[in-house]
Amino acid sequence: MHCSVRYSDFDPVMKIHCVPLLLIAAFSLSTATAMADSRDEARSQVDFGINVAQRGLWREAIYRWEKAVELDPKYAAAYNDLAIAYEHEGQLEKARKAYDKALELDPNNTQIRQNYDLFKEINDRVAQQKDKR
Amino acid sequence: MTAWLSRRTNARLALAGLTIVCAAAAGCGASIYEVPVETPIPAKLDVSPFQRVLVAGFVAGGADDIDTNQETVRLLRSQLRSKSDLRVIDADVMQLNEVAQEQNKAAVNDTSTGDGLSVKTSDSNGVTALPQKIKDEKDLEPYDRLFANTAYWKRIGEEYQNPLIVTGSVLFTPRSSSGLVTRETEVYDGLGRRRVIPQRIYMERKGFMLKPKFVFIDGRTGATIYSETRREEVLYNAQQETPALSSYFELMDRIVPDFLGALSTQKIKGTRVLIK
Repeated sequence: MHCSVRYSDFDPVMKIHCVPLLLIAAFSLSTATAMADSRDEARSQVDFGINVAQRGLWREAIYRWEKAVELDPKYAAAYNDLAIAYEHEGQLEKARKAYDKALELDPNNTQIRQNYDLFKEINDRVAQQKDKR
Repeated sequence: MTAWLSRRTNARLALAGLTIVCAAAAGCGASIYEVPVETPIPAKLDVSPFQRVLVAGFVAGGADDIDTNQETVRLLRSQLRSKSDLRVIDADVMQLNEVAQEQNKAAVNDTSTGDGLSVKTSDSNGVTALPQKIKDEKDLEPYDRLFANTAYWKRIGEEYQNPLIVTGSVLFTPRSSSGLVTRETEVYDGLGRRRVIPQRIYMERKGFMLKPKFVFIDGRTGATIYSETRREEVLYNAQQETPALSSYFELMDRIVPDFLGALSTQKIKGTRVLIK
C-alpha cells in the first residue's frame, strides 16, 4: 500500500496557516544551527587559548578568548580564562570585569570563585596603595 | 558453592571495573588546567624624574648585636641593584644618629646659625634633647625631625647630583613572650594511622622585633615624597639560640618586597585555573 500526501492536497485555509509556521520553524532551525556553530567555534578558540597560554603566549591567548566571548557571550569559562590573562598582563580593571561576568554566568563554579578570591586579594592591595597616594 | 564463589568474584570484578571506568571518565572529563601567573603591581612612587638612588643611611636603635644601619643600607642597595632600574650610588654609609645629634647640639648652642639645620621646639630650652641611646620606639620618635630638615637633605642631594634619597630609621630589639601557643602534633592511632591534631601548650619564647621606617626624599628639593613604616617580629622556642643577624635577615625578607614595591613594578607569583 502506498500513501503520499501532497501540498496541493491541503485545503487553502490550512495552506495560509502552514506557510508562516514552516518559515518560523526553518528560521529557528537555522538560528539554532548557527548558535551551535558559534558555540563550537568559541570552544575551539578557548582550547587554542589554553594551549598558547600554557606556553606563555598570553597576548595571543587574550585575542582568542576575547573572540570566544564575542562568539558565545554566555561562555563562563571563556570569561574566567580571559580574566586570568588580563590579570597576568596587569590589566586589573578588565580582569575584575571579566571575573564578575564569569561569576554572573556560573555563580556556583568553585574554580572561578577560587581564582576570583586570589585575584581580589591582589586587587585590594593595589587599591589600598592608590588610596595612600 | 563453586557457583556462589564465582558469582561473588564476578560481582567484585564488575565493581572494580566500574570504579576504573569512573576514574578514567573523571580524568578525561577534567578540563581544568593550572597555570602559573605573575601579576604586575605598579610602583607606589613615580620615580621617573630620577635615574639614580642614594640609600643614605638610617637612624638605628635597639640591639647592639648587629650594626643595623650598615646592614640595612647594604641589603637595600643590593636589592635595588638587582630589582630596580635605578642606578645605585656607592657612597659611605651616613651615620645619621650622629648627624641628628650634631644638628641638635647646633640648635641648642645657637638657633640662629642660618644653615637651616637647627630645629626649634617649644620646650623651656627651645630645643628638645635627643636620647643618646635609642632603646625603644619612644626614644626614636624625636629623631624624626632629621627627615623634615629639607635644607640638609637638599644639600646632600646637591652633593650627589639630585638623586632620589632613601633614608629613615630602623629599630631592631629583642622580644620575649610567654603564653599558650597552638601547635600541630602528630599522633598515631591503634592501626598505625597518622593524624595531625592542634594542641595548645604553654611556651616561653624569645626573638626579635624589627620596625623600619623608610623615608623617600626628593634630592632636588630635600622634601619627603613618601614614607612607610613596617613592623615585623619573630619568636622562637626559648631554648633555641638564633643569632640576631639571621633573625634580622629573616624579618627583612618579609619587608623588602614592600620596600621595592614603592620604587618599581613588582610581580606577584601565583597559580590560577583555566577552564575549558
